[in-house]
Amino acid sequence: MKTTVVKSSRHELANVCLNVLHQQGRFITMVASDEVERGLDRFVVRYLFAIEGKTEIVLVESVIPQDDPTYASVSSWLPSASWAEREAFDLFGLRALGHPDLRSLVLHEHWPEGVYPLRKGYAVTQTQPRDVSRAWTYPMVEGEGVFEVPVGPIHAGVIEPGHFRFQVMGDSVLHAEAKLFYTHRGIEKRSEGMGMTQGLQLAERICGVCSVSHALSYAQAIESIAHTEVPRRAKFLRVLLAEMERLYNHVGDIGNMCAGIGFAYGINHGARLKEQLMQMQDRIVGHRFLRGSIALGGVASDISGEKFTIIKTTMQQVQVQLTEIVEQILSHDIVIHRFSKTGILSEGVARELSVVGPSARASHCDIDVRRDLPYAAYDELSFAVPTLEEGDVLARFKQRYLEAQQSFQLIEQVMKRIPQGDICVPIGELPPYSYGIGITESARGENVHFVMIGEGHKIDRYRVRSASYANWPAVPFTIPGNIIPDFPLINKSFELCYACCDR
Amino acid sequence: MIAVLKRLWNHGIATIPKEELLQLGDGVHGESSEVRSIEQRLPLVIKKVFGRSLHIRQVDSGSCNGCEFEITALMNPVYDIQRFGIDFVASPRHADMLLVTGGVTRNLEEALQKTYEAMASPKMLVAVGACACGEGILGPTYANLGGVDKIFPVSVYVPGCPPRPQAILEGILRAIERAHEVK
Repeated sequence: MKTTVVKSSRHELANVCLNVLHQQGRFITMVASDEVERGLDRFVVRYLFAIEGKTEIVLVESVIPQDDPTYASVSSWLPSASWAEREAFDLFGLRALGHPDLRSLVLHEHWPEGVYPLRKGYAVTQTQPRDVSRAWTYPMVEGEGVFEVPVGPIHAGVIEPGHFRFQVMGDSVLHAEAKLFYTHRGIEKRSEGMGMTQGLQLAERICGVCSVSHALSYAQAIESIAHTEVPRRAKFLRVLLAEMERLYNHVGDIGNMCAGIGFAYGINHGARLKEQLMQMQDRIVGHRFLRGSIALGGVASDISGEKFTIIKTTMQQVQVQLTEIVEQILSHDIVIHRFSKTGILSEGVARELSVVGPSARASHCDIDVRRDLPYAAYDELSFAVPTLEEGDVLARFKQRYLEAQQSFQLIEQVMKRIPQGDICVPIGELPPYSYGIGITESARGENVHFVMIGEGHKIDRYRVRSASYANWPAVPFTIPGNIIPDFPLINKSFELCYACCDR
Repeated sequence: MIAVLKRLWNHGIATIPKEELLQLGDGVHGESSEVRSIEQRLPLVIKKVFGRSLHIRQVDSGSCNGCEFEITALMNPVYDIQRFGIDFVASPRHADMLLVTGGVTRNLEEALQKTYEAMASPKMLVAVGACACGEGILGPTYANLGGVDKIFPVSVYVPGCPPRPQAILEGILRAIERAHEVK
């Protein structure tokens, strides 16, 4: 993966970004940082773009002075950058001039104005008194016969917290607003000053169910700084672990989507197969969520021989049964009735908001970083990137099944073709204030990690843009026109994680 | 329909027999000789104290979603704890026990407080996972309290990142045993 850096003044930033966008650039994220400790005045914003058709990342970089922390916003014509710019204002106090909506995002209204926790000099454990004067404001539809339904942050089931407001006319939703970041824990601030290995442990805990993907993104960022070449065997094992993770997520989600319509057959068989996969993972690496399996410079432990047999047997069983179950689910009239034409994500919205992962591919966006920006051993393996056109719940359901099929055959390929050799090498020298970017494809889409090293092999700045962070802004667009009882179904069909979005 | 039944027959029963449920997963108990099967403990605890059913409200106060997955796993066909009369409910007013995951974020503190207040006494609280127990890698930050016991009394701490489903079940049982001294 080639990285090109384009420097720009903060006033020209928007124009430079527009140029990159015209060269087939796809916006990934924006990373703000406080680099006063390396002698800069003082903040830096970096806009990351992937260039379509090339294995290249373009970084547009601009320094912002302390006495006037403002820069030209791109959000009015690049809406996918909106959240990142709001977050930079919340956490660093960098004001994006011309941003159409600079409301609080990460820190809710009870956080006092003018206090920016991610600036250097703000202690990680320093808390603030609650400001009760500000209230959440949001765009809403009003009029005769329009009612508002609030939902959350604590939901009825065993799920993560988020708050939603629906303005409805009868059963039909006219407008939906999501308020997230309830589980904002300050992970990025906590990581500052951590050693490399501790950072890896933290990365695994950003999201409960994308541990491998996050750990791999982090490891790749560090390895790119150190110019460490991971041994070939480790690359294959990384693919194996990443695909095992994708598989248990997709299988679980196939069942879980049935929970959105109370279809017990699908729920229980999905849950049963997922449990079978997780017990297998427990036997293979000693952790049901595969934590501790990725190491800096390779993988933590070798997988071979007897363990391959366990994987092979389980895969054969699960593959046959998954096909049976999916056939059964899709042969049910009520399922088709509820799934099809529900929660449509149009290709236009998906592209405008830079949606990633299975949700994007089910809306005809042909993106997958395993193929576009290959990492681990993906460039040596053959696999298809299925896409669908409809963009509804049914398409996202089928998309997961199609991708699960690819995972089965990728796992088989890895076990057939894996070379002998080392599984881990020590990482090289990490020069202070150099940074690296790691991108991997999780079951929800690409997880992008930006790591900057400070003095003494410690993390100076760590920014995580998870797939859920990219996809959440698109969810409210898919709800209007549907009925309220379809919201849980639509939400489950995206299966976004709150924890790695909120961090 | 016949095809579905035939397949069900072929798959067999996935559920773990109740005699073996708490014995799964090495290292869950520490001293394995003390392990009594759920069969022996349930009549004493749930049946006696709660009239055969225990209702639990789970609250995510800022976890990574791992603990939620393991708690949900308790209800899958393999563990199927609903067969013992344990169930998760939507309203805290219906709950005998509160299961808290995560280290209480600033943004969720108020919601957790309201949930706790809405519960009927005795308010049994089980902290599930390293974050809720206060010993997670994250600890306290500007946005995270770092442990449920910073604001509420905790009956039982279930460590692990995330704890296995069996460990969570063990924690639930211990909390009711402890609260009512039925040993």
